Amino acid sequence: MKTLTLNVTNLDGTDHAVEALAGWQVMEILRDHGFPIKAECGGACCCATCHVYVAPDWVDRVNPMGEDEEVMLDSAMDVRENSRLSCQIVMTEALDGLHVIIAPNPE
Amino acid sequence: MDNQGIMAENQHKTDVVIIGAGPVGLFAVFELGLLDIKAHLVDILDRPGGQCAELYPEKPIYDIPALPVVTGQELTDRLMEQIKPFNPVFHFGQMAESLEKTAEGWRVTTDLGTVIDAKVVVIAAGGGSFVPKKPAIPGIDAYEGSAVFYAVRKMEQFRGKHLVIAGGGDSALDWTLNLQPLAASLTLVHRRDDFRAAPDSINKMRALVADGKMKLEIAAITGLSGADGALHAVALQSKEKGDYTIPADCMLAFYGLTMKLGPIANFGLNLHENLVPVDTEKFETATSGIFAIGDINHYPGKLKLILSGFHEAALMAQQAFRYVYPERKLRFQYTTSSSDLQTKLGVAQNEAA
Repeated sequence: MKTLTLNVTNLDGTDHAVEALAGWQVMEILRDHGFPIKAECGGACCCATCHVYVAPDWVDRVNPMGEDEEVMLDSAMDVRENSRLSCQIVMTEALDGLHVIIAPNPE
Repeated sequence: MDNQGIMAENQHKTDVVIIGAGPVGLFAVFELGLLDIKAHLVDILDRPGGQCAELYPEKPIYDIPALPVVTGQELTDRLMEQIKPFNPVFHFGQMAESLEKTAEGWRVTTDLGTVIDAKVVVIAAGGGSFVPKKPAIPGIDAYEGSAVFYAVRKMEQFRGKHLVIAGGGDSALDWTLNLQPLAASLTLVHRRDDFRAAPDSINKMRALVADGKMKLEIAAITGLSGADGALHAVALQSKEKGDYTIPADCMLAFYGLTMKLGPIANFGLNLHENLVPVDTEKFETATSGIFAIGDINHYPGKLKLILSGFHEAALMAQQAFRYVYPERKLRFQYTTSSSDLQTKLGVAQNEAA
């Protein structure tokens, strides 16, 4: 399977390019690489602790937000226009190079 | 215990105290019960089920053996039914705060002052205690407890206050309706003009707004200003209004719950990345008589699955028996064939008559 790249800006502003596989949730990739997301519910769109911002030039290219996700964002912190729950974005070849910024998540 | 041998209301003595009433803690009651071991459970939530009840009561789970699909709430309900014959005692809405060695075993004390003495302690605390999510607002710490709150303990505290309530779920709406008559002014702040709460509450809130009895701001909270723990204003930002502030002297924030390990970190269990290391024979910690099962434990090959926790509960119970009944010989029996076990479960053939 082709290895894809996920670009991540961490809370401290540092940029990282990490390997990603198609079919994986962005949340799973972030968690495997030790980025500070809790992902408490394990990817079920139930906890809002895998909150990220999608870089502006990628916003229109990721799958649109579902209603569940919109509601769940009500309990996320510092929600912005480009807020997403990373468990609801699945990596595909079309998203090779996707850039997300880690958002504040509960400690 | 007083000299009459009668215990004070919040003092208890039992065989095993289980910290956490999630699916694994509940199933531990069953495995212990089959071995004649009584259990008390402590949980910070106000009901059983742990994450299954709090995070995903409506979500289907597909990997519980023999249940092709079950929701978090159904799984909890079924476990409660399964353990009913063993009459577990629940201490809900409280957090296990301290663990001390006693002559006969262990003493667990909760933040509400409940004291439970037991021979064995089972930590089945999952990802930790559910506590309110703290908004990521710079400087919020300085106001916590004096002007910023995540729960209402006494409504009177808000009488005559200029109150801001943040959030868009049932807690935010319920407290808006309850506190609006008491507060000098009340502003509900939510990120979008849509609420996920009981329709009746939403209608009532909108009617109060229409009557000018409270305000609704669709905005993000960007900051707090005040001095010495006293809040003066809340800074907001919205597309329509840009940056603006509203005067306030109290804020209540309701953004749901998150899990924190909490006082278990201080139980002296040599944590490994916030998990409790155990052996894989008895699921016991390095301290005899203290076990950890379910998502909170750690061992090579650990999988955080409910079914793994069930297995861990069964093996834990075998060793717990040796502490509770040191003089007895452990007899391994099957529920299918043992009339003794069937009697305990209330399903024995000769009991029907």
